[in-house]
Amino acid sequence: MGILEVQNVNKRFGGLQALDDVNLNVEENTVHAIIGPNGAGKSTLLNCFVGRLTPDTGTVMFDGQSLIGRKPHEINQMGVSRVFQTPEIFTDLTILENVMIPSFAKRDGAFKLSPFAAVKAESAIRDHAEDMLGQVGMLEKRHMVASAMSRGDKRRLEMAMCLAQSPKLLLLDEPTAGMARADTNATIDLLKQIADSRPITFVVIEHDMHVVFSLADRISVLAQGHVIVEDHPSNIKGNPKVREAYLGDAHE
Amino acid sequence: MGDIVLQILNGLDKGSAYALIALGLTLIFGTLGVVNFAHGALFMLGAFVTVTFTNLLSFERVTLSETETTAWGSPLEIREPVLQAWFGDFGLWLIDYSVLVSILVAIPIMFIIGVVMERGLIKHFYSRPHAEQILVTFGLAIVLQEIVRTFYGANSISQSAPDALRGMMDFGVVLGFEPGMVPYPTWRFVYFFFAVVVIGGVFAFLQFTTFGMVVRAGMADRETVGLLGIDIDKRFTFMFGLAATVAGLAGVMYTPILSPNYQLGMDFLVLSFIVVVVGGMGSLPGAVAAGFLLGILQSFASMNEVKEIIPGIDQIIIYLVAVIILLTRPRGLLGRAGVMED
Amino acid sequence: MFGSKISDTTTLILFVIVVALIPLLAAPLGAGYPALMQFFAIFGILAIGFNILFGLTGYLSFGHAAFLGVGSYSAVWMFKLLSMNVIPALILSILIAGVFALIIGFVSLRRSGIYFSILTLAFAQMSYKLAYSVLTPITNGETGLQLALDDPRILDSARTSGQLPTPNLFGLDMNATRVVDVLGLEVQLNFGYFFSAAFLVLAFWIAMRIFRSPFGLMLKAVKTNQNRLNYTGVNTRPYTLAAFVISGMYAGLAGGLLACMDPLAGAERMVWTASGEIVLMTILGGAGTLLGPIIGATVIKFAEAKLSKFNEGVVHGWFDFLPDGLADVLTWVVAKFVGDGWHLTLGLVFMLVVTFLPGGLVEGARRIGGYLGRRGQKEDLEQLGSNVQGGKTTAAE
Repeated sequence: MGILEVQNVNKRFGGLQALDDVNLNVEENTVHAIIGPNGAGKSTLLNCFVGRLTPDTGTVMFDGQSLIGRKPHEINQMGVSRVFQTPEIFTDLTILENVMIPSFAKRDGAFKLSPFAAVKAESAIRDHAEDMLGQVGMLEKRHMVASAMSRGDKRRLEMAMCLAQSPKLLLLDEPTAGMARADTNATIDLLKQIADSRPITFVVIEHDMHVVFSLADRISVLAQGHVIVEDHPSNIKGNPKVREAYLGDAHE
Repeated sequence: MGDIVLQILNGLDKGSAYALIALGLTLIFGTLGVVNFAHGALFMLGAFVTVTFTNLLSFERVTLSETETTAWGSPLEIREPVLQAWFGDFGLWLIDYSVLVSILVAIPIMFIIGVVMERGLIKHFYSRPHAEQILVTFGLAIVLQEIVRTFYGANSISQSAPDALRGMMDFGVVLGFEPGMVPYPTWRFVYFFFAVVVIGGVFAFLQFTTFGMVVRAGMADRETVGLLGIDIDKRFTFMFGLAATVAGLAGVMYTPILSPNYQLGMDFLVLSFIVVVVGGMGSLPGAVAAGFLLGILQSFASMNEVKEIIPGIDQIIIYLVAVIILLTRPRGLLGRAGVMED
Repeated sequence: MFGSKISDTTTLILFVIVVALIPLLAAPLGAGYPALMQFFAIFGILAIGFNILFGLTGYLSFGHAAFLGVGSYSAVWMFKLLSMNVIPALILSILIAGVFALIIGFVSLRRSGIYFSILTLAFAQMSYKLAYSVLTPITNGETGLQLALDDPRILDSARTSGQLPTPNLFGLDMNATRVVDVLGLEVQLNFGYFFSAAFLVLAFWIAMRIFRSPFGLMLKAVKTNQNRLNYTGVNTRPYTLAAFVISGMYAGLAGGLLACMDPLAGAERMVWTASGEIVLMTILGGAGTLLGPIIGATVIKFAEAKLSKFNEGVVHGWFDFLPDGLADVLTWVVAKFVGDGWHLTLGLVFMLVVTFLPGGLVEGARRIGGYLGRRGQKEDLEQLGSNVQGGKTTAAE
């Protein structure tokens, strides 16, 4: 029994078969990478996990419950968080507020009408948020407004926002896209440290093979909407099917 | 049957005006990505170009009669339009046809107003949120209508169609009905015909000229066109001028149907925006189709038979249609999905 | 307000003091008469309410005047049927406006951006048009809803005499005014103003609590990134709907208060340009800030009252010291901007504010304050920098 079980998922956009009978089994507390050439359907698959897209057919089970037909906020409340390819944060708010919001959402549920409570008085939430910021090394910047940050900081902030909810499953959509090598390595270290310090499952979509092989416990290779291989990293490199899928796309 | 034809015809003139304004709104939105709340004011400005022009044409000179006297014994004042004095019958003809002649004046004036607006204000708002575009153009609309009010006052100024086009025409006969079944004011027919020509002209311009093709490409994907090294900004400025001209001409020709006052633009703006949304934000054919459709629907809703079943429907039909369309088909009748959702 | 040093309690106390002193402060400006001061308070409430929706969530409603109108109608009906006491009237105003807002908001909030604006505009225009036509039995059409001698007024029929009764709070008339002499200045203490002002303070206090609450934080998050909020486990729809309803109830209260001061309700209160005026007030003062909308409402109502009174004669008086020809030209120009033309001034000022000062007058004051003070407080500067960058102010710290 994996924490995330995907069975026979199909998704078609007009004439394009974006996902073709995808099967995936993500074991709890592992790092599972999904790789594949451009247009293989990686992002489409991810969007099927978070409620942005609904598969035409097939099942997506998380922790024994189906995710099909659920809204993004419902899926998040079940314990699935997501990091976007370009960081999605609350740019007008301070960094601390950015991390407090997920904590509120975790504690209060999808909606709570509390117009007379005071954010100031929520010391538990604030302490927790500061703790998370400390873990990603941004504590001293907490009163800055988020829009003033560098891209790398925005990525780390987004990570802290997700961690604040102690998700069971964290989905990462190309977490090092557009980063310089040094930043990439820092991100790898951060992710490793997060994975080692708590029970959490990662599903990582990534182009950068360096990142994938540094992190992943298991790798699924997606090509033309189909999972061609799912295996341990050491067995992936030499697999002829993978080579074939990447032929002409070898730089990825 | 005659009734139905009559209602459709009645809807055509309003529908034509909606379509013309909505066409310009869509051009501006599609090319520049700007939501222009001042577009109704351009319609109103066009109407007042005609008012001004007619006033100028009918400028009278006063001479004192040498033979006749008034009851008070003073010489009778003879008022005679200057144009008549200068050109005789041709002068009178000019005055009679002032609405149509003012089209020639309105084209350059409205075009210049449009270009000045775009260069002076709108271009600074390209990259700003839609809410701020709405707000600043709303402010501009207030300013424009207040300027008109200071010069022309708050009352409606009536404007007459040329004598020859003033009466009713028996439109039913054309369609094979009994004479007298479908009487229709001639000028409204002229307006409809005019709208069709203008709309056709704009579409032909976009379809068949290189300039138009570049603009259409720019509407689809501004960045890519920019990358080709084409100076798309100049063309977009031109398009703003064109949209202003279309709105202005719609106003010019509407003056005999509805006497313009300074608030004319606001009334039409709200309806035109709804037309644009119903047609589909960014879709030119959608804007035109929705314009006529809503005009005709409104006309049907005004029939007594309909009003008896649903009281007040004539007042709200357009808004009701807009609400239903927005909720069931947010992209509008012919629009693409996802335009301006956020 | 103008720096993070002033605490909310201090702000509130200062606010109460200023509101209480308005009759004294406004008198030298020639604005100390009851009707105008009541407008300050009532439109302040309206703008605060609008700001809870627009300032916090970013949803631009172009139909808020509908709730104002509904509030007025409700109050007048209460005066006609039940009692001239303002309490039941105001309760009904707030309730009915809240129900209206719930229905309109439920439908309109299914869309965002300009589509939301158009939907609210459409609903408001429908209300306006229906008030003039089919709903005449309820609204009395173009004449407007008025009191009549033969109204039932179940609770206080004993009071009815030969003339129309006036709205009151347990016998205290809203238009009761006492004139006091303060250092030779005629200060008018009007009960209606203080009554409205009490609601203004209450409205301000509630808004302040909302701004500082987790609920308010969620609303701000809706404005800056609704998508992220959804993926953070928050259902944004009930949040926006709650903001919309609260905001509609504020407008209903304002409408009710208008009717308390002058028991008359007309459909023109609901026309879409009236909604536009609410937007103007909020933006002019500073959307998303606590005090901005009140400042905006006061400035606009003051300017309306003052500028619209000036005529060419008055203006010419200002330029008397100049040579005749020049004075005439200046008078001709300036006169266009005052009197009936004051809307022109309003439109121009509004355009300038949106273009150069998207944070409104409050941001202007903050910039000047920052420039003069050069306090160099790191936090303040960062706050300011981001405000300018984002083109919008975040909530006042």
